[in-house]
Amino acid sequence: MTTRITPLMSARAITKQYGGRNGCRNVSFDLYPGEVLCIVGESGSGKTTLLNTLALRTEADSGALHYHATHGEMLDLLAMSEPRRRLLMRTEWGFVQQNPRDGLRSGVSAGANIGEPLMAAGARHYGQIRATATQWMERVELDATRIDEFPAAFSGGMQQRLQIARNLVTGPRLVFMDEPTAGLDVSVQARLLDLLRTLTSTLHLSVLIVTHDIGVARLLAHRLMVMQGGEVVESGLTDQVLDDPQHPYTQTLVSSVLPV
Amino acid sequence: MNAPDPQLDGAPFDRAAEGYNFAYLDEQTKRMIRRSLLKAVAVPGYQVPFASREMPLPFGWGTGGIQVTAAIIGRDDTLKVIDQGSDETTNAVNIRRFFARTTGVKTTRRTSEATIVQTRHRIPETPLTDKQILVYQVPMPEPLFRLEPRTAETKKLHALADYGLISVKLYEDIVHHGGIATTYDYPVIVNERYLTSPSPIPKFDNPKMHMNAALQLFGAGRERRIHAIPPYTRVRSLDFDDHPFEIQRWEHACALCGSRESFLDEMIVDDEGTRMFVCSDSDYCHDRREQQTGDAGESGEPDVAVKRAEGESA
Repeated sequence: MTTRITPLMSARAITKQYGGRNGCRNVSFDLYPGEVLCIVGESGSGKTTLLNTLALRTEADSGALHYHATHGEMLDLLAMSEPRRRLLMRTEWGFVQQNPRDGLRSGVSAGANIGEPLMAAGARHYGQIRATATQWMERVELDATRIDEFPAAFSGGMQQRLQIARNLVTGPRLVFMDEPTAGLDVSVQARLLDLLRTLTSTLHLSVLIVTHDIGVARLLAHRLMVMQGGEVVESGLTDQVLDDPQHPYTQTLVSSVLPV
Repeated sequence: MNAPDPQLDGAPFDRAAEGYNFAYLDEQTKRMIRRSLLKAVAVPGYQVPFASREMPLPFGWGTGGIQVTAAIIGRDDTLKVIDQGSDETTNAVNIRRFFARTTGVKTTRRTSEATIVQTRHRIPETPLTDKQILVYQVPMPEPLFRLEPRTAETKKLHALADYGLISVKLYEDIVHHGGIATTYDYPVIVNERYLTSPSPIPKFDNPKMHMNAALQLFGAGRERRIHAIPPYTRVRSLDFDDHPFEIQRWEHACALCGSRESFLDEMIVDDEGTRMFVCSDSDYCHDRREQQTGDAGESGEPDVAVKRAEGESA
């Protein structure tokens, strides 16, 4: 007999549409603790809409969304009050934006960017906040002596790592990522992916990651959901889906990766 | 120095300018402002919107404070107006004259005699009593505005008491200046609930707001907000555990009255860069000097003080 693991997040028939069109339809899945679930699909397939809906950044039209909180309670996310929702986002979740400038505060230093979630959670000791920020700069392979520089002084890849540090500093259990490697050159991308893989496994993070890049999915994800036209057309273990694609779209997707 | 203000010595009521309603604003407007004031007092530190009117002075010169004063002033009140602590600066003189003309109420320079003190950027050194109201002129009532540009979002942050952001500002201060370098408009938490901007008073005055016996009203004319700190309300200045809140201190004593407890202004008195530190609260300084001359005659008084005393007795 195996013990059943409770899923961290479970979605049932999530639908979010814009005026009855586009968006995503009827998406169901379970995300288990420590699992990296990747949502792949072409541009306009509803990946980001789905991610935003799951992260409660946009309101779902219909469906059910449950989350298993730290204290063991099963939360109905769609019915939750805003203060609790914000508390959850602050303490248990992270959200990494595609463009690091959307996820960072440009007017304050790198250290303040990393420290802000801590201060929002109630940290009031400057020395400790700074020490944690320094530690996280090192963990995401940034030069810790640059802690007082503004985000604009960092390169695109560094900004992305800064954003990741900012999101992980509160020790979240679930992190949403929207194309975290898009717009970065390949070598930087590879290092970032490597870093993400290390962090997710050492911190035992659950990750929901949106990407159009099959390589990212192959490297990071345990499981895969392929979306087309707002619906999930195929899902399963990453290797299984990518090595033996069943749906015509997935087959096109896999075969259209440029060989090196 | 200044010509004596003819309105200072209690102009009779019938000298109020004709053609204007009592205290300039119409009764309807005053009632509207009073409703906002009541709400502000009921929810300490909460910014209540009000329909700010155009006043006969530019935004940033005290349009908010003047409207609050106009809404609360009565015929029996005695008004004192200070600007950076002084009764004699342009802003203070003009607002005092404005109310003397439009209401005919008594005006004064003495903090202890006033029932309403309208202030720009200072709290009088003389402790206020529960018979007094302090009206602040506020340029920017929203303490989060440099950090969060969206008003809808700041409202939400206030509603949820989500104030992590303001610590970021203090953090940045320590990063760039080695200590909390905010010296005025130092953010406070009122009644352990609302994050509030105390208007640009020096942080030296922040502790005076805590458990003050007087009612403190804040009017922001351009931003159309009123907030209040009722009497005996807790007011806590934000800080870090390892960088506690501190007020300014001076190595000097006031050159005129010798006070070491009051807020000092630095003045450059000649082209060689000679400096002098004097009390920013002119009434407090004056009182102390009068006490000293009463005690020890005219001896040992600095020149400026003697001149001023002569000017006033004449």
